[in-house]
Amino acid sequence: MAESRRSRFGLAVWLPVAWIVFVLGCALSADWWAMPEADYMDFLSQGAPPGAVGEVPLGGGDELAAYTYWLGTDTLGRDILTRLFHGARVSLTLGLIAPIIGLLVGGSLGMAAGYYRGWLESTAIAVTDTILAFPAIVLLLAIVFYIGGSLFNLTLTLGFLTVPAFYRVARANTLTYAEREFVTAAKAMGASDASILLREILPNVFMAMLVYALLIVALLIVVEGVLSFLGLSVPNAPSWGGMIAEGKEYLDEYPRLSFVPAFVMFLTVLSFNLLGDRLRRFTDARESNI
Amino acid sequence: MRFIGFKLLRLIGVVVAVASLTFFMVALLPGDLAYELAGDEATPEQIAMIRAELGLNEPIGWRFIDWVGKLLHGDLGRSFRSDEPVTEAILSRLPVTLELLFLSQVFALALAIPAGVYTAYRAGGRLDRLLGSLGFAMISVPVFVLAILLIYFFALRLGVLPATGYEPLSEGLWANLRTFLLPSLSIALVEWVPLTRILRSDMIATLKEDFISMAKAKGLPPWHILLRHALRPSSFTLITILGLQIGGLIGGALIIETIFALPGVGRLLINAIYARDFMIVQGCILFIAVGYVAVNFLVDMLYVVLDPRIRVGGKGG
Repeated sequence: MAESRRSRFGLAVWLPVAWIVFVLGCALSADWWAMPEADYMDFLSQGAPPGAVGEVPLGGGDELAAYTYWLGTDTLGRDILTRLFHGARVSLTLGLIAPIIGLLVGGSLGMAAGYYRGWLESTAIAVTDTILAFPAIVLLLAIVFYIGGSLFNLTLTLGFLTVPAFYRVARANTLTYAEREFVTAAKAMGASDASILLREILPNVFMAMLVYALLIVALLIVVEGVLSFLGLSVPNAPSWGGMIAEGKEYLDEYPRLSFVPAFVMFLTVLSFNLLGDRLRRFTDARESNI
Repeated sequence: MRFIGFKLLRLIGVVVAVASLTFFMVALLPGDLAYELAGDEATPEQIAMIRAELGLNEPIGWRFIDWVGKLLHGDLGRSFRSDEPVTEAILSRLPVTLELLFLSQVFALALAIPAGVYTAYRAGGRLDRLLGSLGFAMISVPVFVLAILLIYFFALRLGVLPATGYEPLSEGLWANLRTFLLPSLSIALVEWVPLTRILRSDMIATLKEDFISMAKAKGLPPWHILLRHALRPSSFTLITILGLQIGGLIGGALIIETIFALPGVGRLLINAIYARDFMIVQGCILFIAVGYVAVNFLVDMLYVVLDPRIRVGGKGG
């Protein structure tokens, strides 16, 4: 048993984790590297192949220094690697913070509804069902259209859209645990509701919600990609979807302009999906062992 | 009956919520619609004229009632940019979107049914594991990336299919289908994965039933057992999911129509967003949302027809 447990946490877990940490590190450190500005255009190296050397101002000054374009430049002469680093910021900010909003709001609401039942549960179901009855992408487009797609607006909207799903997961899991013996025992020992919810139920429900959150992160990175592909995500910021869309115009001549960001995006989405899937299998196995 | 009544009530509730939301989003917009429409160089007189023309000086409650009244007659107003009636604009583009959705479902099923049946028959086998991993990778590819890959290989490298553009059915069936092939394939290549998984797991359950052992004992060939005996009782969930997916497909259709320049409702909406054509955006959002809710309602009803237990039990919502 110990053998198979270890094999489940093999490469299929560590490779995604390594990739996610790497992308996260790139996003956080994007400003610290000796790189040109994300929108600096080197007119002498437009559409330069990977490995080409150009001259760019580094570190905010006006002096030009030699710089190697490891992934080449786009048709405007902007460094693709720099733009990938900065694009990771938008994708990961949205992809990671929006689910946290959903997790906190939907999770606590779902736990309360599953524990207290009654009017709270029926009201919350009515509200979340109505939200789920909307096609999410249309609601998202409507909000971007009417109030504008700033990073703050988008994160808040996407966070709001994930609330019903987290609510459902939290409620369904709480329902099963609220009937368990250890909860009854805690009640009999005079524990308060808050302490039962936090100490007895939360540790059990949290894993299921975390698994779900990882899948939501993957989904939201794609959604951000769709928005930025359509040019409706955060304005004036480099983004993976936006790079893919710009590259599409030169697909015949410079296919890498689209394919490189697309591949980075695919690896990131796949990593979160894989991680969620492995974690789910792991918790399912632990659950069935009890 | 309680189930149907509950679902119908919810349908009406959501439609009312969508309608009010789309109206008040425009009405309570930060800034003034008239300024937006008049452009940067408008004189105050022009703006006042536009305000009067749109009835923006009336109290908001009255405007809402007026709007709902027109809505009930199918009048969604006129485009600010092209003066086209919004209802007509949507309805004239609807066939393209429906054809795209229909074809992508057909392709998804054409992939999912053989894959699901075979992987259930040889569960745990090499092809099962291969398709499982492939499917896992496929759902991590965003639909617009898939579209670009297909354009690159089939339109640019091989040159066998057009990259963008649309030919109406009047130009001939093949000319029409050619323009839909890559768009619907892009959607289908993502959609077939969950369909395969569902069919596979239902099929595995069915293959353990007694009547399958009976058929085997009679010496019937495997393909006969799989297709004639096992497929039908296993496709129940598949049909439901197929219906429910149509909602999710709308999002895919939006971006696919934009990439392939298909003149459907999704592209109408996206272009209206770029042009800030409020009436079209409002109309499209309302239309898509109501269509989505209506499809979900119909799927629920189909479920009631197919599965009598829901009718008797009265719960399951």
